[in-house]
Amino acid sequence: MSNIKNIFLREVRSYFNSPMAYIFLVIFVVVNSFFFTNIFFKVNQSDLRTLFNIIPLVYLFFIPAICMSLIAKEKSNGTMEVMNTLPITDLELIVGKFLSALFLIFIGLVFTAVQFFTLVQTGTDIDYGAIFAGYLGLLLLGAVYSSIGIFSSSISSDQIVAFIIGVFIVLVFYLMDKTILMFTPSFMASYVQYLSVDYHLTNISRGVIDSRNIIYFFSLISFFLFMTVRILESRKWK
Amino acid sequence: MIKVKNLTKKYSNFEAVKSINFQINDGEILGFLGANGAGKSTTLKVMTGYLNPTHGNVYVNDMNIIDNTIEIQRLIGYLPELNPLYTDMMVYDLLKFTASMREIYGNDFLDALDRVVEQCTLQSVVHKKISECSKGYKQRIGLASAMIHDPKILILDEPVSGLDPNQIVEIRHLIKALGKEKIVIMSSHILQEIQATVDRIIIINEGSIVADGTPDKLVSGAQGNTKLELEISGAGVKDIRSMATEFDSLNILDVKRSGKVVKAIAEYDAKNDLRESIFSYAVNNKWILLKMNPISEDLEGIFRELTSSGTNE
Repeated sequence: MSNIKNIFLREVRSYFNSPMAYIFLVIFVVVNSFFFTNIFFKVNQSDLRTLFNIIPLVYLFFIPAICMSLIAKEKSNGTMEVMNTLPITDLELIVGKFLSALFLIFIGLVFTAVQFFTLVQTGTDIDYGAIFAGYLGLLLLGAVYSSIGIFSSSISSDQIVAFIIGVFIVLVFYLMDKTILMFTPSFMASYVQYLSVDYHLTNISRGVIDSRNIIYFFSLISFFLFMTVRILESRKWK
Repeated sequence: MIKVKNLTKKYSNFEAVKSINFQINDGEILGFLGANGAGKSTTLKVMTGYLNPTHGNVYVNDMNIIDNTIEIQRLIGYLPELNPLYTDMMVYDLLKFTASMREIYGNDFLDALDRVVEQCTLQSVVHKKISECSKGYKQRIGLASAMIHDPKILILDEPVSGLDPNQIVEIRHLIKALGKEKIVIMSSHILQEIQATVDRIIIINEGSIVADGTPDKLVSGAQGNTKLELEISGAGVKDIRSMATEFDSLNILDVKRSGKVVKAIAEYDAKNDLRESIFSYAVNNKWILLKMNPISEDLEGIFRELTSSGTNE
């Protein structure tokens, strides 16, 4: 566990030692606030659904961007060789890096407290349970996209290529419920829908924390982290 | 003690290391020499657990690098060839991070920090950002990072590249001091550096070991023939050539007149020293022997000979 903590702290410091984290947080807050205030006061509803609809869209590009350097940069700089010869398993390394990306997303979500307090001040009959579930859903979605981002980063040593691959995979999961479903034979529709992140996020955002949705998110996270570890391990047998 | 047994490493169909065997004892400084692509770095990478061997294994005491990777990595300090560093970090932060990965915290870390800062003379850059340090400092930061846990085995790939002559001498003294109680494996393309620092040299070429021994043993062992530089007064060029017919194993490689003196390069079998006979022959012919100087083959020549002619063993 201490190795995961050390990697996590190093990565978090690395984010905040560079403009990366600040750029991410400022743009994240500005974009969310802009769309939220534009719509929130028009729909006349006491919930944060507006915010919860915007953030997954913002995630599509922001999470691959914050994850693209996690492994690709280490590969291109050669520091991965140092890291791989320290007494640490590939799994510990990946989990530490994954948690650091998730932490940055968590900080971004904390900044949306502004929108939450706006709702508390202006709204009536607020369903706090649904809001909590909505935030949980966003955090889980952020975790899934981070695992995809870190997987993409492990495929290439070029950060831009890692970003493009990350956005592509994230988009596939995001659009599964929207576009891909239209071209799917009807007997497969339910399976494709089940694979879509949006389908599970919508379920959680309603305030229903169903174990099926939680298992889905954790399965995707585990799958992509496992694949990342396998890709890192493959260097040994090349 | 490290034992490398039948180590083979293939990249797809290319065999980078071909079933090599060697052993390193505690307190030994081993110099690893090889031309680019000879398999030297691949061997070091397998020894550090970065790559797995295709066949064979590396043993450290009772452990092997495939099954006990983490345990062996705890004993090893490794400085890779291009000295990759997290340039966005401060020197102090990097050393603290590396120490934490080695489970060294608190006062133990401060002691370790003092030790490596002094050994690598990093006093003036400890609180600087690594990207702002010179190449020489970066090299020493990499070395300090590799030594933070006082490892029993130190593997250094090109440790003196980028250092100025004074720093090279400092690092050489440091490696020699460390080598008294640790296993130090260093590779370098600066052959004089290797010769001055290590106890033993392994030369690898095209994935195979072509020479293994102390620098002196390699130099003397490679010399099948001894060359002599002669300067003789009172003799002619023909006289010198006819001298060669008097001794079975003597060859005159070159002879020319330079004023009143004849200069010659002679060669004879190293097992049969002809210097006394040549001296007596000169006296009997009333020649004045002005110079008789053995020309010794240096390590660089041996390295070139071994690595340019393919596998010799």
